[in-house]
Amino acid sequence: MLRRAGPSLRHFLLERKSSAGYSSYSSEAKMSRPVQARRLEGIDKNIWVEFVKLAATYSKVNLGQGFPDFPPPDFLKEAFVRALSGENHMLHQYTRAFGHPPLVKILAQFFGKLLGRDLDPMTNVMVTVGAYQALFCCFQAFVDEGDEVIIIEPFFDCYEPMVKMAGGMPVFVPLRPKAPKDGKLMSSADWQLDPAELVSKFNERTKAIVLNSPNNPLGKVFSRGELELIANLCVKHDTLCISDEVYEWLVYDGKEHIRIASLQGMWDRTVIIGSAGKTFSATGWKVGWTVGPNRLLQHLRTVHQNSVYHCATVAQEAVAQGFQRELELYGKPESYFVQLPKELQQKRDWLVQSLDAVGMKPIIPEGTYFLVADISEFKSDVPDVPDSDEPYDSRFAKWMVKNKGLATIPLSAFYCGAHKNNYNHFIRFCFAKEEATLKAANDILQKWKLERTSP
Amino acid sequence: MAFRHKNTRRIEGLDSNVWVEFTKVAADPSIVNLGQGLPDISPPSYVKDELAKAAAVDRLNQYTRGFGHPSLVKALSQVYERVCGRKIDPLTDILVTVGAYGSLFSTIQALIEEGDEVIIIEPFYDCYEPMVKMAGAKPVFIPLRYVNKFNSKTKAIILNTPHNPIGKVFTREELQVIADLCIKHDTLCISDEVYEWLVYKGNKHIKIATLPGMWERTITIGSAGKTYSVTGWKLGWSIGPQNLIKHLQVVHQNTLYTCPTPLQEALAQAFWLDYKRMDDPDCYFYSLSRELESKRDRMAQLLQEAGLKPVIPDGGYFMIVDVSTLNVDLSDVHEKQPYDYKFVKWMITSKKLSAIPLSAFCGPETKRQFEKYIRFCFIKKDSTLDAAEVILKNWNKQTA
Repeated sequence: MLRRAGPSLRHFLLERKSSAGYSSYSSEAKMSRPVQARRLEGIDKNIWVEFVKLAATYSKVNLGQGFPDFPPPDFLKEAFVRALSGENHMLHQYTRAFGHPPLVKILAQFFGKLLGRDLDPMTNVMVTVGAYQALFCCFQAFVDEGDEVIIIEPFFDCYEPMVKMAGGMPVFVPLRPKAPKDGKLMSSADWQLDPAELVSKFNERTKAIVLNSPNNPLGKVFSRGELELIANLCVKHDTLCISDEVYEWLVYDGKEHIRIASLQGMWDRTVIIGSAGKTFSATGWKVGWTVGPNRLLQHLRTVHQNSVYHCATVAQEAVAQGFQRELELYGKPESYFVQLPKELQQKRDWLVQSLDAVGMKPIIPEGTYFLVADISEFKSDVPDVPDSDEPYDSRFAKWMVKNKGLATIPLSAFYCGAHKNNYNHFIRFCFAKEEATLKAANDILQKWKLERTSP
Repeated sequence: MAFRHKNTRRIEGLDSNVWVEFTKVAADPSIVNLGQGLPDISPPSYVKDELAKAAAVDRLNQYTRGFGHPSLVKALSQVYERVCGRKIDPLTDILVTVGAYGSLFSTIQALIEEGDEVIIIEPFYDCYEPMVKMAGAKPVFIPLRYVNKFNSKTKAIILNTPHNPIGKVFTREELQVIADLCIKHDTLCISDEVYEWLVYKGNKHIKIATLPGMWERTITIGSAGKTYSVTGWKLGWSIGPQNLIKHLQVVHQNTLYTCPTPLQEALAQAFWLDYKRMDDPDCYFYSLSRELESKRDRMAQLLQEAGLKPVIPDGGYFMIVDVSTLNVDLSDVHEKQPYDYKFVKWMITSKKLSAIPLSAFCGPETKRQFEKYIRFCFIKKDSTLDAAEVILKNWNKQTA
C-alpha cells in the first residue's frame, strides 16, 4: 500500500461534517506491499480444496476424503436431539470457554482411567473445534520463529503449514518401507523409522515432535519400542510431544493403542489430542479436545481464548453423554469403541481383498480407516510424464476419478514439497463406508481389470 | 534438564481475560446475571426445529465445505445482497467462522502483522486488543469522538456498530469521516456488525462497506449468535471482496478448516425463512429488535428509579451506567484493580446482581476515565428483569 502523509486531517472531530475538497488518493492506488500478512506465505495451497472439488464433480464412489458415509450411532444422535430440544434452552447459549463442564468432567474421568492418573477437568482438559483446532493451539502456543518441529512422513497434511504459520521450521523424517515377508502383503508395521536417522533430527532448536498414532495415511500403530525410542529422545532433548491420537479406537487384529503420555517422563511434556468426529463417526460436529499437564494446557487456553474462545454447546453436551455411555460399557461387547473397530476391520479386509484381486497392492493398515495401495501395476493406463511438476500419484488419482469415477487421495499429498516424489506410486483409500459403497468400488475395479486384461 | 517450555512470544501477556474472571464469579445460579452478553430468552422455535431436522440427515453429521456450508453461504449472500444492494458471491466473498470472534481472528491473522498499527475506538469489545497484539501489531486507541491517529503505518481500523458496550449506532456522517480517512490512507476497515439488526426507533444501521470506495477495503462481520439468540452455536461470517476474503480463507484452512455442519444447515434454513419475510414486520430480525427495545426501556427505568443515570443505547443489548452516585466506598478493598472491577465483585457478593466493569473495554490510558461505569446486558427474560428490579428497589434498604 502506498503510504504517505497527506494534508493534515488532525483535530478532525466526528461531530463536524466531512468536508469535500481535500486531496485524496485514487482508490486504485497500487499496493507496494501485499495486503496479506507474511505468516500466510507458502501456506495458501491445500490439497483438499482441489480433491474435494474433483470428487464432488466426478466421483461415483468416493473413498477419498476421510469421513464415514454411515451415520453416527443412534445413542449419540438421540443425545444431540435431547440437548437441542430439551427444557434447558440455555444449551443454545455460550458454555464454559475451555469446555462444557459435563464434557470436560467425563473426558477427565475417561482419560484419567486410561492413563492411570487423576485428571482435573478444569486444568488438564480443553475442548477445541475439532482436533484440527487443537493442533493449531499447540503450534501457536509453543512454536516461535526459529523453532524446529519434527514431523514424521507421511503426515496429515496440516502439520506442515501450521508449523510454518507459527514461524517454525518443519524437519521431516520418513517412515521407510521394509520388504514384507515372501508372498505376504505389506503391513503398515513394515514402514518404520530409522533410529539413527531420527536421532540425527533432534538438536537444541527442536521444540516439539508431532506423533500421529494410529497414523493417517498409512494406518501404522506405533509399537511400544518405537514409542520408547521417541520418548527417550524427547526426554533427552527436553522436547515437547504433540500426540495426535484421533484414531485411538480404530486398531485392528488385537493390536494395542499405546499412549505415549503413559511412558516414563512423557506426561509432563505431551499434549494428547482427540476427536469426537473420529471417535463417534460425527466428523461434522467438530468437537475435539486436548489432555495434558496444566503447565502446557494453560498456554493452549491463552491461544484458545484469543482465537475462537467458545466451542458450540449442543454438540459438547451430546458428546458428553456419548462418553458417559461408553464409560459405563467400557470393554463390553456393546461398547461403540468395541463395535466400531470390529466393523471397520471387516471393511478393511474386504477392501484389501478387492484391491489385491485387481493388482493394486494394499498395505494392510494396523489402524485408522485408511489404507494405502501401490498402483505401480496400473502405470500402463496412466503413463509417466517426464519433467512433470505434478507427482505421478496425483495425476493418477485425478485420472482415476475422472475416468473411473473412483475418488482417492494421492500419497504424495502427505509429504513435504521436497519429498513428494519419493513415494509417488501410492494412493490412499478411506474404508469407513457402507457395504454398498465398498461393493460399488469393487465393481469399478473389477470392470477396470477386465478392460485391461481382455484382448 | 530443566523444563524450558514457556509460552510463545505472540501470547505473552495475553493470558488474562475479563470473561474468564467474571463468568466464573457469576455462575452461581442465585445471582441475577446481567453481565456476560448472552440471552436467557429462548431462541425462536423454528431455529431449534431446523437443527433437529438437520441432525437427522446422515451426511449432515459429516464434514462440509471448509469455507462455509453451501446452503448457508448461499442464504447469507441473498440476505446481504438485499441489504447492501450489491452482488455478493457466496463462494469467494464469504467465509463462515466459529462465531464473529473467529471472523475477527481470521481477519486479523490474515491481514495484520508486525509493523502495522490498528486503530481501535474506545471503549471497545475487549478481544480486539489481544488479537491485534497476538498478530504482532500495535493497537492505537482513540476515544469515540476523535479520529486523528491515522498515519502511514495504519493497516486497519476496527469499527463496531452498533457498539458494544456503549450502544451507539454510528450515523452516516460519522461513517463517512472514517471512510474518508480509510480511503485517504489506504486503510482497511474491519467492521464488527454483530448487533446489526438490533437498532431502536429513530436509528438506522448503515454498513460502512456500502459507502463509496469502501467495499474493496472492508471486511464486514456478522453473528448467528446475536441474530438468532443462539450464542452457543458459535457461527459467524466475514463478508468482503474476494481479494481480501481469500486470505481469511487461507487462515481458516490452517486453523480449524471447517465449521460444524448441522448448525450451518439449520442456520441456512432459518435465514431462508426470514429472508422470505424481510418485507414483513414479523421477520425475526425486526421482531427481536422490538422485543429488546421494550426491555431496554424497562432496564433504563429500573436504573433511573434507583437514582442512576444510564446511557440509553440506540442499538445492541447493553446499557452502561455511572455508579458513582451510589457512593459505594471500596477503599478498604486492597486488590489492585480499577474501581468498577471492585464494584462489580462487591455487587455480586452483596447484592447478588452481576454486571461487567467498563474498564475491561478500555485501553490503558482511558481505564481511569471509565472506571465508574458498569455494563448491564438486557436480553433477559421478564423474570430475570423482575429479579433485577427487586434488587435495585431494595438497594438502599440494606446497609452496604
